[in-house]
Amino acid sequence: MTQGAPFNVPFLAVAALIGIAFYIILSQRNLIKLVMGLGIMASGVNLFLVTLGYREGGVAPIYTHAPIERMVLPVPQALTLTSIVIAVATLALMLSMVVHIYRHTGSIDSEESRTMKG
Amino acid sequence: MDKLITHSPILIIAIPLLAAFLTPLISRANQKARDVLVITTLAFAEFLVIILARDICANGIHIYTLGASSPTLTIPEQYMVPVRIILEVDAMSIFMCIIWATVSLAAAIYSLSSMKEETGRDRFYTLLLLMVGGTFGMMLTGDLFNLFVFLEISSIAGGALAAFRTRFADALEGGLKYIIISTVGALMVLFAIGIFYAQYNLLNIAALAQVIQYTMLDKIALTLLVTAFAMKTGVVPLHMWFPDTYTVAPASITAMLVISSHACMYLLFRICFSLYGVTLNMATVGWIIIILGVLSMFVGVTMAVPQTDIKRLMSYHAISQIGYMWLGVGVGLAVLGNPEALATYGREAISGGIFHILNHAVYKPLLFLTAGALFYRTGTRDLNRMGGLGHSMKLTSIFFIIGTLSISGVPPLNGFASKFMIYESVYRFNPILAVIAMLVSIITLASFTKAFQSAFMGPELSAYKGVKEVPKSMIIGMGIPAAGIIFFSLFPGLIVDWIVHPAADALINQATYINAVMGG
Amino acid sequence: MATLEFGLDFWDPIVCVIAFLVLIAVAYLLRSRGQKKYKKGTVQTQIFLSGEEPPDVEQRHIKAHNIYWGFFQALKGYYDPTIKAHTGIINDYIIWFAAIAAITAVILFIVG
Repeated sequence: MTQGAPFNVPFLAVAALIGIAFYIILSQRNLIKLVMGLGIMASGVNLFLVTLGYREGGVAPIYTHAPIERMVLPVPQALTLTSIVIAVATLALMLSMVVHIYRHTGSIDSEESRTMKG
Repeated sequence: MDKLITHSPILIIAIPLLAAFLTPLISRANQKARDVLVITTLAFAEFLVIILARDICANGIHIYTLGASSPTLTIPEQYMVPVRIILEVDAMSIFMCIIWATVSLAAAIYSLSSMKEETGRDRFYTLLLLMVGGTFGMMLTGDLFNLFVFLEISSIAGGALAAFRTRFADALEGGLKYIIISTVGALMVLFAIGIFYAQYNLLNIAALAQVIQYTMLDKIALTLLVTAFAMKTGVVPLHMWFPDTYTVAPASITAMLVISSHACMYLLFRICFSLYGVTLNMATVGWIIIILGVLSMFVGVTMAVPQTDIKRLMSYHAISQIGYMWLGVGVGLAVLGNPEALATYGREAISGGIFHILNHAVYKPLLFLTAGALFYRTGTRDLNRMGGLGHSMKLTSIFFIIGTLSISGVPPLNGFASKFMIYESVYRFNPILAVIAMLVSIITLASFTKAFQSAFMGPELSAYKGVKEVPKSMIIGMGIPAAGIIFFSLFPGLIVDWIVHPAADALINQATYINAVMGG
Repeated sequence: MATLEFGLDFWDPIVCVIAFLVLIAVAYLLRSRGQKKYKKGTVQTQIFLSGEEPPDVEQRHIKAHNIYWGFFQALKGYYDPTIKAHTGIINDYIIWFAAIAAITAVILFIVG
């Protein structure tokens, strides 16, 4: 973090990302855009996990030959890696389902491609 | 044998996962060998669950630390908190595991015949074993991030299985809705886990329960967790994806997905009772759970009556019965801080809710499997087109009658036993809730009578002249839950004393849960 | 072993089953004293609809969407908005999630 930037900018970025993602998921009817919104939400939550581990003036948490300084927390970085992998698998599965829905119903609008209601 | 019991928590999760990776290899060689592998794996998992259950009855909570020199070494030498992933199995966890092991075994035996004409059955069984391993992980874990990982594993496998029959357009829509709902819910759970880690630097549930204070951030985390797990369980008004997904999945998968969503409800109870425990404002959170439960009961059953698709009707009934469980446990949570009320009716309310989970887990898969049997023989799920099938499908209709009487809470079947406990305890808390619960029971019976009359009664129609009974393995798959219903109906006292009361006590006693890991 | 107790109330399924068996035995006894002399295959065993012709098999069976018509008419004020609320659009499902999360958060901040 440089001298001038306030400490909370990444948390504001998290709030902005998750807010934009919720707006996309709530309002966009195009299924591909919906999946993109889910990807943005996953990025927001991952950014939150990495940011909460930051300690001021800390270095990367590599233990071997480490300089004697504060390190940022390594555990949230491990959680983030796992979450990124899970998000990749989920997005791939969702996109393949959207492709199948388009082949069956000819539309990727969430209102026109639905077959079940009530 | 002792070594098997000590290592059984990780074996219960690892053996289905390992078999899931072996399944595609073995199916290339021989299809029958793959079927044998799947059934053997699930039977072995059931065996491990039963021996672990006997050990927990005798010796209390069972801890397994992954990667330590000894499985019970939760806090290593220079540390003051647990740093490894810990599987903590108490009576409530093993209760859910017994249900899951039995239902997945019955559903897998059923799917041996019901999926015979589908292609890609090796992928089906791979995904099934992945879902089995993932849900076992959800039920056995004592660590929050492990919870998230297994939640995602079982959601992805479940979504892919729900959309398995890609030749139907609505199957894909149901699977896509399931995955989107699961992803949103799981991301909110991950956000809450991040909030916990940011404040307390701990991921272990027992360690976190010892130090948690009910700050503003903890309230945000509780909101996200309650809403995310409520959406995954299928309570009203977050339930709308539930019928869409459970209608289009193959029947054996629907039976398993119901229990998988009950695992999410179990996680909610674990968080409310064992993680927050006495620091919560119990009356508020209890009443939120009660109101969600009553809404689910009422809206679930009233939306079930106009349905003409038989599996959609049963899915709405699943939502309604989930409301009973939330009502029972919510009443218990609301009086958790009041020792006199807890001893009089709170513990019985929680026991009634938990017993209802057990009963639901035997009669709901039975009903879904009978709906699958009807679909298998007639090729349709539409009740408007069926009729007079009781003449030729006699065993299926008997199973359907047993399931109907059980879900409606008609004595002497087991549905009445758990509803009796819920009515009695909830009446002492607030009489109106008990009256609503009884009304919902009556409407349940009404809608199942409609389904029975449409499908089985009436004269034989010419369209279904050649319809025979379903194959043997489907009858066995339906017979296992039916035998469970008969057993639970005749001996409810035995089940409550041996399985349900220990599970309710395990939820109520947060101190025992914490001390098992933190060492008193 | 089979009894569930709750304070002074109890539920015993074995007693219930025995009671049902006794009632079934009584019902069977009453039925066995009925008329045994009838001729099968003649007009005595056919459906009687006050002299009308019974409709043929396809039309005789009541379809599922016609059952409970009166119930739905009576509760029209409840059913119409509820069924319309179940739209089937995935975006609406997430709107419900956000709404319930907001309401729960407000309740927990104010009261709990």
